[in-house]
Amino acid sequence: MSTVVDDHNHEAHHDHKPSGITRWLFTTNHKDIGSMYLWFSLIMFFVGGAMAMVIRAELFQPGLQLVEPQFFNQMTTVHGLVMIFGAVMPAFTGLANWMVPMMIGAPDMALPRMNNWSFWILPFAFVILLSSLFMEGGGPDFGWTFYAPLSTTYSNDSTALFVFAVHIMGISSIMGAINVIVTIFNMRAPGMTYMKMPLFVWTWLITAFLLIAVMPVLAGAVTMVLTDKYFGTSFFNAAGGGDPVMFQHIFWFFGHPEVYIMILPSFGIISAIIPTFSRKKLFGYSSMVYATASIAILSFLVWAHHMFTTGMPVFAELFFMYCTMLIAVPTGVKVFNWVATMWRGAISFEVPMLFALAFVILFTIGGFSGVMLAMTPVDFQYHDTYFVVAHFHYVLVTGAIFSVMAASYYWLPKWTGHMYDTTLARLHFWCSLISVNVLFFPMHFAGLAGMPRRIPDYAVQFADINQITSIGGFAFGLSQLIFLWLVIKCARGGEKAAAKPWDGAEGLEWTVPSPAPYHTFETPPKVE
Amino acid sequence: MSDKRANNSKIVKRLLLTVAGMFAFGFALVPLYNVFCEVTGFNGRTNNEPAAVSQHEVDKSRTVRVQFITRTAQGIPWKFEPEIKEVRVHPGEVRVVNFLAANPTPDDMVAQAIPSIAPAEASLYLNKVECFCFNQQPLAAGNDAKMPMQFYIDPDIPAHITTFTLSYTLYDMTANATPEALALLESTE
Amino acid sequence: MKMKPLWALPLLYSASALSQERSLNLTKGVTEVSRDVYDLHMTIFYICCVIGVVVFGLMFYSMIRHRKSRGREPAKFHENVKVEILWTLIPFLILVGMAIPATSTLIAMEDTSDADVTIQVTGSQWKWHYKYFDREVEFFSRLATQQQQIDNKFDKSENYLREVDNPLVLPTGQKVRFLVTSDDVIHSWWVPDFAVKKDANPGFINEAWTRIDEPGIYRGQCAELCGKDHGFMPIVVIAKTPEDYAKWIDETEAKQIAEQKRQQELLDMEMSMDELMAMGEKIYNSTCAACHQPNGQGISGTFPALAGSPIASKPENIDKHIDIVLHGVQGSAMQAFAQQLTMQELASVITYERNAWGNDTGEMVQAADINAAMNK
Repeated sequence: MSTVVDDHNHEAHHDHKPSGITRWLFTTNHKDIGSMYLWFSLIMFFVGGAMAMVIRAELFQPGLQLVEPQFFNQMTTVHGLVMIFGAVMPAFTGLANWMVPMMIGAPDMALPRMNNWSFWILPFAFVILLSSLFMEGGGPDFGWTFYAPLSTTYSNDSTALFVFAVHIMGISSIMGAINVIVTIFNMRAPGMTYMKMPLFVWTWLITAFLLIAVMPVLAGAVTMVLTDKYFGTSFFNAAGGGDPVMFQHIFWFFGHPEVYIMILPSFGIISAIIPTFSRKKLFGYSSMVYATASIAILSFLVWAHHMFTTGMPVFAELFFMYCTMLIAVPTGVKVFNWVATMWRGAISFEVPMLFALAFVILFTIGGFSGVMLAMTPVDFQYHDTYFVVAHFHYVLVTGAIFSVMAASYYWLPKWTGHMYDTTLARLHFWCSLISVNVLFFPMHFAGLAGMPRRIPDYAVQFADINQITSIGGFAFGLSQLIFLWLVIKCARGGEKAAAKPWDGAEGLEWTVPSPAPYHTFETPPKVE
Repeated sequence: MSDKRANNSKIVKRLLLTVAGMFAFGFALVPLYNVFCEVTGFNGRTNNEPAAVSQHEVDKSRTVRVQFITRTAQGIPWKFEPEIKEVRVHPGEVRVVNFLAANPTPDDMVAQAIPSIAPAEASLYLNKVECFCFNQQPLAAGNDAKMPMQFYIDPDIPAHITTFTLSYTLYDMTANATPEALALLESTE
Repeated sequence: MKMKPLWALPLLYSASALSQERSLNLTKGVTEVSRDVYDLHMTIFYICCVIGVVVFGLMFYSMIRHRKSRGREPAKFHENVKVEILWTLIPFLILVGMAIPATSTLIAMEDTSDADVTIQVTGSQWKWHYKYFDREVEFFSRLATQQQQIDNKFDKSENYLREVDNPLVLPTGQKVRFLVTSDDVIHSWWVPDFAVKKDANPGFINEAWTRIDEPGIYRGQCAELCGKDHGFMPIVVIAKTPEDYAKWIDETEAKQIAEQKRQQELLDMEMSMDELMAMGEKIYNSTCAACHQPNGQGISGTFPALAGSPIASKPENIDKHIDIVLHGVQGSAMQAFAQQLTMQELASVITYERNAWGNDTGEMVQAADINAAMNK
């Protein structure tokens, strides 16, 4: 048996991917899995978006025109669940899968077969969740926050499917997080010390730890809801000695870190894009790392700011108010560092940069409404109104979603080997930017004027605001079709992209060809 | 290569342990919450077991207004009222107040009264020596009962608490009746 | 609904933002607390505006002046510890500055001692219940908007979805304490003009308080998702001067006590089947038999038979039966007996008719049922 291995044949054999459905079902390749996550997320974005269209269509005018209140409540609930667990989180996981190994010079994720499972259980979970809408009695209708006892004693049987689906989504996230941590700890190329890692890798590392810490608590909360409903426990039932407010404490102990899970990767993306298009290194790299870590730690101390009206004692209200205000400090540091990165750089405005700049401005606006919400006495007026809806949509849509779009435009050339159609991309950007603000900005006013959340019909003084909002909503929804078309078009063809299409870009991912070969960094690169 | 694999397993094991630990923590939050509330009185719940009878001096220098409200929840058809809506007591003084309950239905039923205090802080200073809320209360069809509640207020109740309200919400526990409650029902027949 | 063009939005804001009607801003409200809250809101808002103008101003400046297309070389700096410390410390100090008035307002808001009036507020699906602790007054407060308005069959009234059948009446100038709870799921009682929002948790009571400065009508809504009609359980408070309030509460209490007495009397009028049949037969023979005959057979072609008649012998027709006896039949000889017989007599004769001559429904009609039918 010859001991000389024919390298070329070996490589060719490696690059021979199985074709057809079996490739995708059984792949352990981080690029394939990353692509599947991203496509899944895009599809779920449209599914959740369709539900938002139903909501905005009903709220276009006062009165009940299109749907019954019970169905409306199902729409708001499933819209939230789909967007959080089906669109935002899988999008970031897809980006992590694609980019983290390349950014650290690793050939793949540490646990490729678990990686496959992490993805494939997600469509399974969402089939379960979405099919519950077609059950007799309808789907879950208690808000994505599923407070007890509305979700226990007073819910229909779709609750069981909801719980099952959430468990599966949680397992997927936990497995993904384990994979990210082990990969980053163990598979960095020699010379890639922690403080040399791109910020996207840092933010995902910290996000992964947050996921490990809080997804199991969500699993606990959702299990307690199941047992309260079906197995006679009384965790949240006063009659049996339980406390419905305890549900909120347990839920938000997960829920608050969860929202940071949904934004920390964004910070990493923006920290990659702004330096590239400013042609200047990221300002204050170490503070960016420390700020991200502080945000993550502080996120465990603020959960009850979602509960100021539940009847907490003054001491607790003050504690949570102070801690919540404190989170603004490291977050502000990050914003200032991005501006300082731009400052006296040489800025160009390709579409990834447009989205990144929009992110900084609009996420900061969301941050301002967050500071306002933190002030407990005024929160009594904002809580459970459209002011809160405006706040979280600013940080999640113009925040997280815009960062995903920025990342997509930034890395599409690397993924597909083609430049995207820049005219379409600019059209997508401007349509989205304008419509998203027409959609969400007026919600601040609706909330201040007194419109509560989660209502299918409203008093006539809110009519104008809602009509403007709905028009923005329809326009925003339509604008995303441009993105869908553009991504498909780019995947199929287009101007050939160089290994490094952006002259200011830095990082190992730009040292491999575009499209990135199926296997990259099989031999680790040397990092200075 | 296998060195890396061994290192991977170590981290994976630690992370899985953390996951299991956090899952347990989620459930541990339940007793943690209860202990925290008991110690601080934060959620306004009162003692579930009889307190010892007061050995304290009665503080005649001040009176505290104690108000009683009742609520029948989720449509339980009982009548449930305090005999007297408000009493003024001295801290340390032991008092008995009665609550009247009536079951006008043609079925035997068992109910549980759940107490709650506002302001929540006052719950730390209310000591119930005897309360119908400690146990499930059975009432045969068409019967009524006078249920006593004996209590005293801790003399070191802070000065700023001059009034507090004790509320009882009545829940239908017929489907989840304890054996003791059912036995009591039998004995009245 | 005429749509306002987008450019009008800023005008809208400046013109009516600080006015109360069709407002875009938080209400100043009618209590000292609500005004403090409004002031705090505006203060934080202005601070955020200033920070926004500075940061975004710098960004836009940079986007314009530091463009590559201006042919510039990018600078090389990427850290500056002094500056970083500054922009960590300054925001921290600004936040401390905000926290101080917020803390004092909060502490004032949570002091419920020494109330003059105590109201028990209970939320349930999907209505509020109010009980005046010191008086014999309690009632449910339900949405009063007609379903046809919601279904877009009628035009919407000015207070569409914000009107109730029985508003809560409170005195001005006195400290009102609310004890908030729920009978089923979590609700939340919110009146923006008082800056009071408190969750109604089942099995637990929460406290809140207010002192209303001006008489008027103040509207709020449930602020916690509670099921299908969460958007349809508003709150209406009518604040009256202490004199008007005293008058109202005396009148309402007297009315409620009288009503309770009447209900009790009606209940005391409950009769057994034997009693009903005995009295019923007597009434029937003296009042009805002239036409419908003692044997219930009526006179063919002129007066309908009651024996075996669907109206008198089928359970689903009991309401119709009561209705005919009470209100008669238009255009026929059948009179309305509602004013001619007492409620007990009416109840007994209908019971008799439903059980005699083989009709045998086994049903009993009581005075309370007649009362209910009369007041429908």
